[in-house]
Amino acid sequence: MSLELYLDLFSQPCRSVYIFAKKNKVSFEFKKLSLLDGEHYGEEFGKISLIRKVPALRDGDFLETQACSKFKTPDFWYPADLQQRARVNEYLSWQHTAIRMHGSKIFWLRLLIPKVMGVEVPQEKMDSALEDLQSSLKLIEEKFLQDGPFIVGDHITLADLVAIVEIMQPVASGLDVFEGRPKLSAWRDRVQEAIGKELFDEAHQDILAVQESVKTIDSGKMQIFKPKILKLFM
Amino acid sequence: MMELYLDLVSPPCRSVFLFARALKIPFEFKRVDLAAGQQYSQEFGEISIVRKIPVMKDGGFILTESTAILKYLVQKYSVADHWFPADLQQRARANEYLSWQHMNLRAHCSKVFLLKALFPIVMDAEVPKETMDAALENLKQSLNLLEEKFLQNKPFILGDKISVADVVAAVEMMQPLGTGVDGFEGRPKLIAWRERVKKELGEKLFEEAHEMLMKSSSLPQTLKSSSSFDKLKPMLQKLFR
Repeated sequence: MSLELYLDLFSQPCRSVYIFAKKNKVSFEFKKLSLLDGEHYGEEFGKISLIRKVPALRDGDFLETQACSKFKTPDFWYPADLQQRARVNEYLSWQHTAIRMHGSKIFWLRLLIPKVMGVEVPQEKMDSALEDLQSSLKLIEEKFLQDGPFIVGDHITLADLVAIVEIMQPVASGLDVFEGRPKLSAWRDRVQEAIGKELFDEAHQDILAVQESVKTIDSGKMQIFKPKILKLFM
Repeated sequence: MMELYLDLVSPPCRSVFLFARALKIPFEFKRVDLAAGQQYSQEFGEISIVRKIPVMKDGGFILTESTAILKYLVQKYSVADHWFPADLQQRARANEYLSWQHMNLRAHCSKVFLLKALFPIVMDAEVPKETMDAALENLKQSLNLLEEKFLQNKPFILGDKISVADVVAAVEMMQPLGTGVDGFEGRPKLIAWRERVKKELGEKLFEEAHEMLMKSSSLPQTLKSSSSFDKLKPMLQKLFR
């Protein structure tokens, strides 16, 4: 049995795992899941993961969620050096309740909640969500990037990969977070180049087209998520 | 000597404190009094612009994020393997827990604590019933997953031996207790696990680490009477929006 990766490329953490696996030529079976269609609540997927989130990994009998990235690959992705590794871990930890949370929220508030669920988002909710996103982006620039080419040292690491996929989520909702942020833009260009533009674009194809594709989403399917989503983001 | 910037009312500070003390890793305890708003001082801002704790300062190397600090200590001090096993799958399980817990057990335990301890004095109102109910429901879901997915029928999260995952989980689970909400109630499996964790770390040490938390009923008064309260209030209000 080969490695299976359960992914929906609408999801940021799925994209980082997908890019990493493809870039490092890790052979895997792409088990596509559609979150918007609620496939993560299906019986089949429940056997893979009780948590019912993606990404998820199955390697023979080994099932794992969350921490897919630690394969055996070139050292620079996750340096063995004590301090460099600590810096990668620091970013990976910080981002959960910062850029990941704030970027996701903007994506839902700008796009899925009003356009698909048909719920109006109060201006003050939007404003405070934007404020939070700005403060996360500011910390990325001032604490994590500072004057370096990448988050840790001179080379791309897991930190940059995980950062870029999260930052692209609000971008997909039509908010250009790179505007007025030359440092961040330059870093994005370096990360894209290190990943390879073709692979980067491939991973982001669906999410970047989401403003169009929401027009054809069956809003009926989303109704089951509505209470949960509204509680989470509003 | 390594410095750890801590306030033991904070769960991630407790996990770092417990781990360093249990493994006899020498450090200087630098208290950052959260109720007095010391994390917003100019002095602390020079240590970390994120203005959160714990922070580790090892020579010139400053590191934030408790899970990163724990992994750093594991690597630097070559501790016994079971704390963060080198085996691929075991390590993956540890990482899986440490990742999941941020937005799940940690978030939900914190929310209950903050709602009970801070909401009334910061928002000048009682906690709305549906807000509290929702927070308790989320806590319940996280505890269910802790039991059913992460612990299952094992003595510890990774299996037979304690690891950093158990330390991180235990300190978070203790947090609601500081405001009288016992997440362990009706969960004998979790109680038994907690007792095993306490025994491995040292019961006295565990109690020492949680002493401040257990005095949290005085936290609202301490906060309100602090000279920084007016300045802190708007920042604390953000926690509830």
